Amino acid sequence: MVATKMEKPAADLLTSPGVSSLFKSLKLKTKQQELLIRVAILCLVYVLAFITRLFSVLRYESMIHEFDPYFNYRVTQYLTRNGFYEFWNWFDSESWYPLGRIVGGTLYPGLMVTAAFIYWTLRFLSFAVHIREVCVLTAPFFASNTTIVAYFFGKELWDSGAGLVAAVLIAICPGYISRSVAGSYDNEGVAIFALLLTFYLFVKAVNTGSLAWALASAFGYFYMVSAWGGYVFIINLIPLYVIVLLIRFVGFQHVQSGEHMAAMGVFFLMQLPPIVAYMKAGIGRREWLLPVQINLLSGFLVVSLFASLPCLLKNFSEVSHSVINMPSISTLVQVFYFLDWVKFLLNDPKKFHTFLRITVTSAVALGAIALGVGTASGFISPWTGRFYSLLDPTYAKDHIPIIASVSEHQPTAWSSFMFDFHILLFLFPAGLYFCFKRLSDATIFIVMYGLTSMYFAGVMVRLILVATPAVCLISAIAVSATIKNLTQLVRAKSKPAPVGSGKGTTSTKAPSKGYYGKVLAGFILVWSQKLVSEFSAKPLKLDLENGFNGLLTSPFVGKINTKQVNEDRSISEKNENTSINMDNKGSLDQSPPFQKNGAIALLFGAFFLLSRYVIHCTWVTSEAYSSPSIVLAARGAHGNRVIFDDYREAYFWLRQNTPPDAKVMSWWDYGYQITAMGNRTVIVDNNTWNNTHIATVGRAMSSYEDEAYEIMRSLDVDYVLVVFGGVTGYSSDDINKFLWMVRIGGGVFPVIKEPDYLVNGEYRVDKGAAPKMLNCLMYKLSYYRFGELTTEYGKPPGYDRARGVEIGNKDIKLEHLEEAFTTSNWIRKMIHRGSIHRSGLGMAARKTTGDTTQEAFDFKQLLNQDGWSNLLQFALHYNCNATTNFCGVLL
Amino acid sequence: IDLSSQVVRTVVSLKVENNGPDSASEILLPFPEHVAKNLAFLEASVSEGKGKTKGSSDSLPIKVVNPEGMPATLSWYSVALPKELGKGGNLNLEVKAVYSHILRPFPEKITQADIQLVAFQDGAHYLSPYAVKVQSLTVKLPEPKVESYTKLGNTKFSGSEIKYGPYENLPPFSYSPIVVHYVSNNPFAVARNLVREIEISHWGNVQITENYDLVHAGAEIKGEFSRLDYQTRPHVRGASAFRNLLAKLPPRAHSIYYRDEIGNISTSNVYSDSAKTLLEIEPRYPMFGGWRTAFTIGYGLPLRDFLFQSEGKRFLNISFGCPMSDVVVENLTVKIVLPEGSNDISVSVPFPVKQSQETKFSHLDMVGRPVIVLEKINSVPEHNQYFQVYYRFSNISLLTEPLMLIFGFFLFFVACVIYTHADLTISKSSASYLAKLQWDEVQSTIQQFQSIMNRSLIVHDKLEASLRDLSRTGDVQACKAARKAADTLLKELAKEVKPLLSFLQSSSQAAQIFPKVEELVAKERELQEKLMLKHSTVVDAYEKKSSGGRDIENRVASVQQKITLLRQEVDDLLEIIDEI
Repeated sequence: MVATKMEKPAADLLTSPGVSSLFKSLKLKTKQQELLIRVAILCLVYVLAFITRLFSVLRYESMIHEFDPYFNYRVTQYLTRNGFYEFWNWFDSESWYPLGRIVGGTLYPGLMVTAAFIYWTLRFLSFAVHIREVCVLTAPFFASNTTIVAYFFGKELWDSGAGLVAAVLIAICPGYISRSVAGSYDNEGVAIFALLLTFYLFVKAVNTGSLAWALASAFGYFYMVSAWGGYVFIINLIPLYVIVLLIRFVGFQHVQSGEHMAAMGVFFLMQLPPIVAYMKAGIGRREWLLPVQINLLSGFLVVSLFASLPCLLKNFSEVSHSVINMPSISTLVQVFYFLDWVKFLLNDPKKFHTFLRITVTSAVALGAIALGVGTASGFISPWTGRFYSLLDPTYAKDHIPIIASVSEHQPTAWSSFMFDFHILLFLFPAGLYFCFKRLSDATIFIVMYGLTSMYFAGVMVRLILVATPAVCLISAIAVSATIKNLTQLVRAKSKPAPVGSGKGTTSTKAPSKGYYGKVLAGFILVWSQKLVSEFSAKPLKLDLENGFNGLLTSPFVGKINTKQVNEDRSISEKNENTSINMDNKGSLDQSPPFQKNGAIALLFGAFFLLSRYVIHCTWVTSEAYSSPSIVLAARGAHGNRVIFDDYREAYFWLRQNTPPDAKVMSWWDYGYQITAMGNRTVIVDNNTWNNTHIATVGRAMSSYEDEAYEIMRSLDVDYVLVVFGGVTGYSSDDINKFLWMVRIGGGVFPVIKEPDYLVNGEYRVDKGAAPKMLNCLMYKLSYYRFGELTTEYGKPPGYDRARGVEIGNKDIKLEHLEEAFTTSNWIRKMIHRGSIHRSGLGMAARKTTGDTTQEAFDFKQLLNQDGWSNLLQFALHYNCNATTNFCGVLL
Repeated sequence: IDLSSQVVRTVVSLKVENNGPDSASEILLPFPEHVAKNLAFLEASVSEGKGKTKGSSDSLPIKVVNPEGMPATLSWYSVALPKELGKGGNLNLEVKAVYSHILRPFPEKITQADIQLVAFQDGAHYLSPYAVKVQSLTVKLPEPKVESYTKLGNTKFSGSEIKYGPYENLPPFSYSPIVVHYVSNNPFAVARNLVREIEISHWGNVQITENYDLVHAGAEIKGEFSRLDYQTRPHVRGASAFRNLLAKLPPRAHSIYYRDEIGNISTSNVYSDSAKTLLEIEPRYPMFGGWRTAFTIGYGLPLRDFLFQSEGKRFLNISFGCPMSDVVVENLTVKIVLPEGSNDISVSVPFPVKQSQETKFSHLDMVGRPVIVLEKINSVPEHNQYFQVYYRFSNISLLTEPLMLIFGFFLFFVACVIYTHADLTISKSSASYLAKLQWDEVQSTIQQFQSIMNRSLIVHDKLEASLRDLSRTGDVQACKAARKAADTLLKELAKEVKPLLSFLQSSSQAAQIFPKVEELVAKERELQEKLMLKHSTVVDAYEKKSSGGRDIENRVASVQQKITLLRQEVDDLLEIIDEI
């Protein structure tokens, strides 16, 4: 568009005589060049964002990772095989035996429908792709699209330079990559795209006041709701944003403008669908709601139609959250309007105040009563634990072990912020400064988004993901603004040469026009300034401070590092006299000396920082986030690559060699994988909707064998699957997770008491372990015949490599169960896998062993890398592995 | 009889003599019913000479017959002789028969530590409708371990061979059952289903994909499977299991993969030399009796090794069966996927198969690729023979798909071009649309304005240059002329600016920019004046030659400073306007 607009004048100019036309045409070229470079960079970023996520495909294979994605993959397969309506009505009897699960109604279908849609499109274009390939590459594809959205968002917030930087930053930001590498086929993969798109379109709608953008934003929101539980964030953030605007402008003129009405109008409409859906849920009991519903619907049929669909899919407790959270804030906004209207009607401040007092009191009272009655009668379901834990990080730990047992629900450590954001962590406050400095509707929005999401990221590790786009955008503003300032400085310096200015301007203009500097170079921070000044000679330092405080970023400096600045100030004050003198003496626009050099040095510093960021991101992606966790790889003694594929060995054995209707009991972590890869019915899986059922499994695992046998018989269990890492040293095995089983089991069945399994509050498996521990089912299954095995040279038989102790009960006899299959891994002395099969009733337990050395491997890798943050990263990474693992509870 | 693997191979060397009065053109071969249904492969050939140079002669045509007057419990095959056998004539025949699934594991279920025993049943005498003069039987065993065997007269057990006979002058249909019960730990790998898909790409590749559905058909395992036992002594506690299979692929096979439904299987090795490529694959777990597995192997082969041309037709010459030497396939399906647009297809297979045709859609197919489906039940390694598929295919159709892609992208770009150039506004009279039009106009005006400004700046530069020339050459006249020229030029430019300015003033869209523009014009005028002033001062000074260069400089210093300042401002303003 820009290019075409420019062509016409260019043609005019070419006809006009003289040098000036040449000059002019040259100048036009730089503009076109700028466009070209921008498009080229965007394309590169698009491609690179995709490519950088392919490490796991190249290292391992094109496969689905982790736990949840296997469920998504299975659902997508079902969808593509059986079509949309079958999928909608799918009752899955293979999970949660004997309860089953209504899959179509209890999941967020956005991801699966998207993948299926891509698959069908490709098929239609006659590309014979496999659905697995589509699923594996969906997340990287959407990550690429996210970069484009980030560009436009940045452009909308600040300028196109900031947009470009934002695109680059978000393309490789580890916080986002962690959930969007090839193979991590999870809701978040598309949800972040949808989130950013919704926000972008919303901001666009606010800026332009166009109803089309608002509608588009509503559609974006619709997509988001269909894809991820995180939509609650949007629906709460936007009313909050509106409130802030109201407070900021203390009055209604501003928000009453058509622009805001258009943007907000659609979002107000958005509240209706949840209400409608909620009412529909209650219709059976409350017919009187029907007319109300019809009234509400009449105006907003179109919007509610598309928006209510996803909400209906959700279980209704989620709907009621939206009803409570979001409207409570946004109705407040409407109350503002209403008050304004009343004020207008009443005309008398006194009357108005009385009116206000009465209505507010009665409204509060009514609301409180309604809420109380609703909650008591169970009409409004209470918030789920995960929402409580968002507001109070310690809540889950005390009350809901099943949430606390998931490592990604832990509060975030500083190291993981550093790991996932790297320099963005420092750029974020700087960017906030710039936003505050140029407050507009758009920047207020991004500031709100950044601050709230940062809070949530601090509460839960996995929510770093939500904060990532905001952090990238705000940091991009910081980078772009600073570099712009610096390049201006460089340019301004070159201008004062008064003679031959014609040529001078041409040459200096060219670099100033494009954004090359901005794009290539990066960013400056106070500490880079400090760094540069420390390394440079003293006069230069003085000068730098001068230049900065006087001309550029002094408030910025002041904000970030007051102490440093105070020093600077004193120095610069001293110098002020001289510089003023200089100004008087020399030409007026003469800047302090060395300013240009300083700016160039800072540009280099920025470049250095940004390249460090790139290096860090690539390293993190390749080392930490590209492992499928199904297959483990390690280096053998001779540097060869050793693959441990025990999980799939076990699942495939189950798939091929057990009766098709066999029921498998395992801890819930492996549920999705067993159904997807083993194709067998499981008792519990990663959709942790029924705590009691999980607790029953936990109870079985922590009981004596005969008691456990009774439980298993009542659940019709044929096989038991146990993951054991004692042979290879794989630390995230069932023995390490066992305390959670005890806790969750004990939470429902008081028979199970945690202290029974501990000795002096200590969890042990060796000779000093508690007797109940040594004889519970989990212990027996894991260590069955382990006492005969020598795992490590120089250690007694039965030495557990994962925990580094010799086990306490070496003579384990199984009465009811028998070993059916144990996976193998001959490379290390290894794995013993037991499977247990009970004669007569066909009970069997089977234990697979993953293996590891993974931890040790990581540690070595990390030590090889330089830098302090890496050790922290290791700490984080280790934590992630050790505590438990990724569960796939929908937020 | 060769019992060394799971398939039983019998080789019968017959010396046939026609004692009757008529000449015989065929020989009947009977098989008992239970054997006949497992007969996988039958071949008869004339062994010429003295028995050593046999095998090279062509196999004789064999057909199923139902001769009258013969017992119906036998299945009959008839071998047509190459030439009629006259009275007293004789002929050496070699009949090779291969049976699958006739070894029965006994006991049927064993534990992990047990060895596998199998039983084999047959007759010690050669079953024939003809009288047999002399006959002997040798049974070859895989290991010299026999649990039991039927002892008849003249039975000898030595090494891993059991010999029966020779027996003489047996009447037709003489039958003497024997049972051999022996140790066989050979893999009983049976593929329930094998689908081989051979896809021809005329870009130079033959892609072969083989889907196996494999089972260990030996004695089933019962009781526990203990990894510990298996690990410590795999050959004792797991003797009946097999761990790996060897596939012999053609030479120059490339892009080999080995995977199953849930992903790649990392336990495989490839060894290749110029004569063959060996692929050693290991299932995910050791295969015990009764355990099943399923996997896929795939590889690419260079097209030129397998595709040839004759009489204007192309033909594919490739082997039929499973590349693994010790796997019996119950249902073998071979699919040959020919390129889209192939026609006139015919197939020639050396043994009877069921043939059908279907269509497959692959990348960028419009009408689909013709697929020849050949089905064979009970396939043994002997079926691994070459077969031919003849078809016609024109080279031009090879280009369809790239052209389609090119055309697709072309359309896409054209669409983009159209989109950027077309005015898609629905309501041409809407306010925002008009505003946009106006804004475009304003922008182009400002561009013109900018160009004029720049041109006048260049004129200024020229003036300065003329001054420098003056100081060098002292040519006052030339300098004056330059000033005159510059003066007229500037006046022209000022005239040009006027309509633009009035337009900008009238346009509401330009309200924001207009002050800047006006300022710029004013500054430029001022600059122009100052410059003229400086110019005339300097020129005057030169004319009068009153003072030296220093004096002149002093006189213009203040003007010069203002000029520099103004110039700076003008540049800044230009830039600001540019950015808008």
